[in-house]
Amino acid sequence: MIFRRGLLFIAMLTSFSAAHAGVLPEDRADALYHRYDGGGVTIDGPSILVRKQVGKSLSFVGNYYVDHVSSASIDVITTASPYTEERTQWSLGMDYLRGDTTMRIGYTNSDESDYDADTYSFSVSQDMFGGMTTLTLSYALGDDVVGKSDDATFERDLDKQTYGVGLTQILTKNLITTLNFETATDEGYMNNPYRSVRYFDSGSALGYSYEGELYPNTRTSNALGLRARYFLPYRAAIEGEYRYFTDTWDIDSHTASLTYVHPWRDFTFTGKIRYHDQTGAHFYSDLFPRAQATNFRGRDKELSPLTSYTFKLQAAYTFLNESQGWGFIKKGSVTASVDLLHVDYDNFSDLTALAPVGEEPNYELDADIYQIFFSFWY
Amino acid sequence: MEKNLLAIGRMLLPLLVIGGLSGCGNIEPWVKPYERDRLADPIMALDGDPVSSSYIQHVYEAREGARGGEGAAGGGCGCN
Repeated sequence: MIFRRGLLFIAMLTSFSAAHAGVLPEDRADALYHRYDGGGVTIDGPSILVRKQVGKSLSFVGNYYVDHVSSASIDVITTASPYTEERTQWSLGMDYLRGDTTMRIGYTNSDESDYDADTYSFSVSQDMFGGMTTLTLSYALGDDVVGKSDDATFERDLDKQTYGVGLTQILTKNLITTLNFETATDEGYMNNPYRSVRYFDSGSALGYSYEGELYPNTRTSNALGLRARYFLPYRAAIEGEYRYFTDTWDIDSHTASLTYVHPWRDFTFTGKIRYHDQTGAHFYSDLFPRAQATNFRGRDKELSPLTSYTFKLQAAYTFLNESQGWGFIKKGSVTASVDLLHVDYDNFSDLTALAPVGEEPNYELDADIYQIFFSFWY
Repeated sequence: MEKNLLAIGRMLLPLLVIGGLSGCGNIEPWVKPYERDRLADPIMALDGDPVSSSYIQHVYEAREGARGGEGAAGGGCGCN
């Protein structure tokens, strides 16, 4: 099971990505190869995105995305066996422009051997005040079915809904800002059927034993994000971003990033630093005092208190510009990037250290994330 | 049936609210359209590479407990 949460937010890609409602997005195609390598997990695959305008008021977008997963992560090697898995995702969307209003509908399907997810999204954007302000309202509905690879009869439902409000505002000739608020509600089966929690067990040779996770059946979260992008005097851009997140599982987080974009001849260089800090879910514990100690229990390290740091470098080269052109293709570029991710877990033990129970060091994750993609505008 | 009607109603709500707000168009823009050449520069695009930003959001949502609120957002994967 590689797909666990957040599909609704890819549906929001078609909802929020256009900053200006009165103009349809550019016709373009992107072919991307992605690779994540860290913590014993390798995930790679393609992502193909094609967008095409039809007539003056319609634009269609399609995305094909694959994750090939090979996992021997800390969770897997301590409680299960390494595995390989594949997830395939299709998305289709349509934008309809009428005056200063853009309406978007989208559908996404994600499929893997033990998880199937369908997401439907709708949004409407309105340009106001001479195009200086764009207001976007959005809604997405997710219908997920959770399975289990070693039990064909296991089938659980998970329903998700996301409501979003976004405001994009031009403040000066050099400064544009966005404010986004999203509320998401999930209802259904949210634990991972394979993951276990551990508890003290003096009768065990290790000093602890495992039992299955048990999550609450509902979760509601609120996220508020603010971004500001500024054009520097020597043709470069700087962007600051902050997000506050809180949910009914008691996870609160602060995320901040700073991005610098510097064009030089036919190249564009980008550097980014990102910081994320979160508290843990109320039912999370690295080591429960006994079996069935609490009504709900989980040991998912992503729900534990943690701090993550990312350092990104990206270079893009435009090999075809509008004065050259290849037939119907007006412009082409190739972009390569690497993100170096480091995560410090405040309360998730590294059991591979084989220290006495309760005295294990906290786990740390280092991951390298590579992307290379070709883009064509036509 | 009732659930489906509720979902359709929720999907139509944004349309009604936007329709109500679209009449507020008389405020004079203080940054004129001909003064927006810098904002139109590709380096100022809020989501210049949607295929890439979608992917990286997907990675963060798999590795962290938070989600949403970031505008041009991505997918999700809770890869172990």
